[in-house]
Amino acid sequence: MDLSYSAEELSFRGEVREWLSAKLPADIRDKVVNYHGLSKDEYLRWHQILAAKGWSVPHWPVEWGGTGWDITQRYIFDEEFGLAGAPGLPPFGPVMCASVLLRFGTTEQKERFLPRIRTGDDFWVQGYSEPGAGSDLAALKCRADRKGDFYHVTGQKIWTTLGHYGDWIFCLVRTDSNVERRQEGISFLLIDMNTPGITVRPLVLMDGGHEVNEIFFDDVVVPVQNLIFEEHKGWTVAKYLLGHERMGTGNVSASRREIGTLRALATREIKNGRPLLEDPRFRDRLSRVEIELEALEITSLRFLDQMRRTGQPPGADVSLLKIRGTEIQQGITELMMQAVGPRAQPFKAVDHGSIDHFMSRLAPRYCNVRKASIYAGSNEIQRNIIAKMSLGL
Amino acid sequence: MNFEYSEEQQQFADSVHKFLAGHYGFEQRKEILKSPGGLSESLWHSLAEMGLTSISVPESEGGFGGGALDLIAPMEACGEALVVEPLIDNIGLAGRLIAKLGSPAQRAALLPGLMDGSQRYAFASFEPGHRYEIAPILTTATPHGDGWVLQGSKCIVVGASSAHRLVVSALTDSGTTLFLVDPQALGVALNPSRTVDGQRSADVLFKDVALSGDALLGQPGEALPWIEEALDFSTALLCADAVGAMKYANDATLEYLKTRKQFGVPIASFQVLQHRMVEMMIACEQARSMSILAASKVDSGAAPNERKRAISMAFVKVADSARQISQESVQLHGGMGMTEELKISHTFRRLTMISQRFGDADHHLERYASLG
Repeated sequence: MDLSYSAEELSFRGEVREWLSAKLPADIRDKVVNYHGLSKDEYLRWHQILAAKGWSVPHWPVEWGGTGWDITQRYIFDEEFGLAGAPGLPPFGPVMCASVLLRFGTTEQKERFLPRIRTGDDFWVQGYSEPGAGSDLAALKCRADRKGDFYHVTGQKIWTTLGHYGDWIFCLVRTDSNVERRQEGISFLLIDMNTPGITVRPLVLMDGGHEVNEIFFDDVVVPVQNLIFEEHKGWTVAKYLLGHERMGTGNVSASRREIGTLRALATREIKNGRPLLEDPRFRDRLSRVEIELEALEITSLRFLDQMRRTGQPPGADVSLLKIRGTEIQQGITELMMQAVGPRAQPFKAVDHGSIDHFMSRLAPRYCNVRKASIYAGSNEIQRNIIAKMSLGL
Repeated sequence: MNFEYSEEQQQFADSVHKFLAGHYGFEQRKEILKSPGGLSESLWHSLAEMGLTSISVPESEGGFGGGALDLIAPMEACGEALVVEPLIDNIGLAGRLIAKLGSPAQRAALLPGLMDGSQRYAFASFEPGHRYEIAPILTTATPHGDGWVLQGSKCIVVGASSAHRLVVSALTDSGTTLFLVDPQALGVALNPSRTVDGQRSADVLFKDVALSGDALLGQPGEALPWIEEALDFSTALLCADAVGAMKYANDATLEYLKTRKQFGVPIASFQVLQHRMVEMMIACEQARSMSILAASKVDSGAAPNERKRAISMAFVKVADSARQISQESVQLHGGMGMTEELKISHTFRRLTMISQRFGDADHHLERYASLG
């Protein structure tokens, strides 16, 4: 048993850290640490900087542009991003669609799509949930009727994160309604968002931000070449992908950076003539979050080590990282808001006033991060997964 | 022992409830939020006409001489409708301080306008970086001729932009002192903001503001106990407001659980969600009990420490319940609960902001514990 990193791993960490401090654009970092969303151009700019270094898709096979790093190096790389305030690239293309292409795509599909994902030329988004199919994804109804060499897609997707940036969308669609099990008759389609018949409608969240969308398909024509894997067998692809989505949702290092910010904030705020950080009640709340985060980090490393030793993806109990990770993120936003007391109330910075830009983001951020226990399989669904798959209940 | 409202109290609450149901729907509220002033003058006049701004003003001043117990049911109705007009700031804070401390001339000049809805006031108390401290540190007043000169800064003064007078706490040689300040006066700068739950507030800066002698409200150095009393009274009203918002959150969530279907059944059929809904119901009932305790305590004329203890107990319970119910109501609504489009997300924000206003749960826990 040895919990420390090797000299090589530490040197790798140093290399990543040094590169990030030199290359991460200050304006992009500012947006991340002040809790602002990035524009499509900002994502693209960052993507291109990473791609120029050969780091936009580190986890891919080397032949497609990956780095050949082992799993620990990949973990360290992600961790340094969080600590530095570097935005992760939206996972829909580089992680999700690419995983599917690499596992199920034809050579032709791989050659067509993977290079453009690596360079950031195509911005991908995900078309899974529907108004009637959230936790119960297999209830999806968006239809794709085959006519010759084309599918005609009609229906609706919802909660499409950054759908308004999308060049392409990967969708689960129903190609057969006359099935015994609802998981059958579903297909996995890649759709060019410039195709006529697609409408993107913003869904503004309660912090006033536009990040998710509804997407409507009205007789959208999609060539059959854009089908991934077999027709009607899309659920197999979806299940594979959902396993990917649950990894790395712990956000340990970003939480650690935020706790640093929180401590600085609580040092400046005064309570009973002393810094708030010295207030036992506040300090206890902060300490509990720090302890929970420490435990999550060690648990993450145990999963990592298990994957390293067995070469196998983690079991269903990896869902616990998502549950605890999102709870910690939410806990931190709550403490940030608590730290500034009455000054957490304004929705925007007050000109010439006492509420600066960062402070005015704290309550909206608290509101926004409530989504973390809902998205990517709600924490209730994650518990169901552990109950069923890990505990056999 | 009788927890029933009197016939009068019930009628008053019913009329406010009915009025808001007709005039403060979700869409109507949206329009008010978007308007330049962020409040509805006609609504304010109607609430005043119904008696909301005069009920707690003494009979000797032309009010009804009522108390918090007369106000909790109407405040619940306001909480349920998410009323953004600065009611508590007027009837609980500024208006109450004027009524309790004002000279006959000040009362005669200001209270009729409060009661008939033609004038509004705001209380500038909190200062940047000093959280919920009520003894002013950054704002000072020094004697000058027959009057005073005011310096300093206040933050998050809810209702300041629409106020005809500000009640401002400042440090003088004798201690905490209150002044009536015209927000238009030379040297007063209002930097407006909008709160997360849609109220209008402002940071207020005072630079060499010349005040005449009759701007003094009450005796120099003697304001602290009165500020505490007004804040406790307002906290009792805030508890009631929160209970109304919690009631809406629970009603809406229960309805959603019954109608939202996944896996072929209403999600209300899942026991894990049933138990959470039950906990939300328990939290709301416990908060309601404490809201009643808080109102009865501020009305009873209890000794200050007994009053403070009860108010702090009540607020800790209400804040914890508000946190639990707001978070759970969004979680159980799933993604829809996160959107601007549903009232539940606006209710979430209201319930979140109540803990930021006059002191959070930790602030009150500390005060409760310190009183033995």
